Amino acid sequence: MNGREQEVLEAVERRRRRKPRLTDELITLAHGAGGKSSHVLVEALFLEELGNPLLSPLADAAVFTQGGSRLALTTDSYVVNPLFFPGGDIGELAVNGTVNDLAMMGARPLYLTAGFIIEEGFPTAELRRIAASMGTAARVAGVTVIAGDTKVVEREKGDGVYINTAGIGVLERELELSPTLVRPGDKILVSGTLGDHGMAVMVARGNLELEVELGSDTAPLAGLVAALLDATDGVRCLRDLTRGGLATVLNEIALAADVGIVIDESKLPVRPEVNGACEILGIDPLYVASEGKLMAIVATEAAAAAFAALASHELGIDTELVGEVRDEPPGLVLLETAFGGRRVVDMLVGDPLPRIC
Amino acid sequence: MRFVDEYRNGDVARRVVEEIAGLVEPGRQYKLMEVCGGHTHTIYKHGVENVLPPEVDLIHGPGCPVCVIPMGRVDDAIAIAERPNVVFTTFGDMLRVPGGNGSLLEAKARGADVRLVYSPLDALRIARENPELDIVFFAIGFETTTPSTALTLLRARAEGIRNFFVFANHVTIIPAIRAILTSPDLRLDGFIGPGHVSTVIGTRPYRFIAAEWGKPLVVAGFEPLDVLQSAYMILRQLAEGRCEVENQYTRVVREGGNQRALEAIAETMELRTTFEWRGLGFISQSALKLRPEFADWDAELRYDVPGVRVADPKACQCGEVLKGVIKPWECKVFGTACTPERPIGTCMVSSEGACAAYYNYGRFSRRLETVS
Repeated sequence: MNGREQEVLEAVERRRRRKPRLTDELITLAHGAGGKSSHVLVEALFLEELGNPLLSPLADAAVFTQGGSRLALTTDSYVVNPLFFPGGDIGELAVNGTVNDLAMMGARPLYLTAGFIIEEGFPTAELRRIAASMGTAARVAGVTVIAGDTKVVEREKGDGVYINTAGIGVLERELELSPTLVRPGDKILVSGTLGDHGMAVMVARGNLELEVELGSDTAPLAGLVAALLDATDGVRCLRDLTRGGLATVLNEIALAADVGIVIDESKLPVRPEVNGACEILGIDPLYVASEGKLMAIVATEAAAAAFAALASHELGIDTELVGEVRDEPPGLVLLETAFGGRRVVDMLVGDPLPRIC
Repeated sequence: MRFVDEYRNGDVARRVVEEIAGLVEPGRQYKLMEVCGGHTHTIYKHGVENVLPPEVDLIHGPGCPVCVIPMGRVDDAIAIAERPNVVFTTFGDMLRVPGGNGSLLEAKARGADVRLVYSPLDALRIARENPELDIVFFAIGFETTTPSTALTLLRARAEGIRNFFVFANHVTIIPAIRAILTSPDLRLDGFIGPGHVSTVIGTRPYRFIAAEWGKPLVVAGFEPLDVLQSAYMILRQLAEGRCEVENQYTRVVREGGNQRALEAIAETMELRTTFEWRGLGFISQSALKLRPEFADWDAELRYDVPGVRVADPKACQCGEVLKGVIKPWECKVFGTACTPERPIGTCMVSSEGACAAYYNYGRFSRRLETVS
């Protein structure tokens, strides 16, 4: 690489780190896809109007102290289409997704709220099925739904049902989990196969004419996190691998911690069926959502204990050590390809998988 | 994945790279152009460039179907999409391509019914299911995608579906290669020929490249080992003083191509006298339109499209990138004014575009590798 190319790349990198500006006049589906456009929307619009020290880190949940307790609070809305898919439905997803956001801060999830926006004409039996599924998921996750709201909108003003859940949890350990604690040398673990949920929903829509058996991996991860945190105090940062997938999460961490991240393609756990479907559609499984997998960044000396703790839990049997944190290149994620080459893994632009959660 | 992983094997790659290095004449720099955007994507996605010996340079050619669509045609597409009663169907890659008046994605946000499809047959299905609406398919691509449009037209006629229309923008690869060869500012040592285009047209149409221009061409598959092996085959031709059209992609490509696909194209489409290519300008007999027999399915006849030629933005150097005259990073606006999220030029939009591939995958210092 010559000097001029290096200069151009450095200019690009400086620009990439500048505070983003929202120049789009209208919201497009890309703003909801979890990639670059979503980030610009959140940072340049919502943080500008609503930013404060608890919100601005944009963690999975905000952590604050009240009455001597450290609490975690989060919210998430669910607009998945279709509402029922192999391996789960919108109700189960709405519980697990919010439970997992609390768990990623090291919190024990306690209570949820549930808000329903229902379209006129929606079958009562399906709504009962969704509510029952939420009840089961809440029992499994050890949380209780303690407040709720119901709104009905005119026909064609909604899409069946949308659900919002908020959750509160308590941090019972003296620990802090944050991307800013990540250091060169740390190891990166993922607790299982990537992209199962996203591809299952895509295939369930039925417009791809792919005949492949895929199921969502939606699951509550608080138990897995507790097992991990019991085993080691070397955990720096936890993230669930939802919208935007592993690639997006790693990019956020590389930028927040100003470190380089290198992952090994041959170590990435991906089901052959998911890999095949992605290959046909030209989608990279690194960007496809899971709803029951987490990524843990741990200190080198804690890696073995963390691996053992995750892999011995029923939700982490496919755990892999997929990469490590380096000094260079700061802010970038690199992939060592199985082929022996190397490439950048950037945040996703555009929207190959709309409305998967 | 069986039948895929074998072509991504790192151990075999190292052996092929050693063989390539053995063919390099000391002091000589080799410039090989991969014509097809699919190859560009493979090269960056698997990091092929950084396993090749430094004496071998890959130049990215004009074969990205999205990249060559001129801005005026995107405006025409948006004008059709914004008509009442129209469902405009397109491959996902075209959604973000900027025209003179924004992109299809923006038109969708303004209210146009724009839908992503994976095949023209999906568009035909929408037409069958919605007889009261006009369903328009944005047909783009080289000979790789043309047969599927042709077969869809034949099926529409056979089924008597009259609310399905094709906005034809299919282009042909040979005139583009000829335009590259006549470009005075480019010196190439050989071509990595397009694999999927060749499944349709076969390998004979490339013979003039070897015969008249003295450049070897090797038709290649799309896995990284295919690309490496074809680079090896080109360098071996050069070392042995040969200049031929060879076929590396024998598991798919036949010398005579796919006769049935060619017949379907010939039955439904004919050459335009001229067509504008983004960055390359007007190239005669380089694109296809529907035959008069298919006028009832022709979106250009059904709708009054603006048909205005829109000049590329001054800063945009897509043309030079498409011809391989400059590398993506040498463009004045690369990565600053022109990024994948706010593209000025088409090369920054499609994952097969040289700029997007370089920006998304290749944007790091190779010096790091020798350090770490």
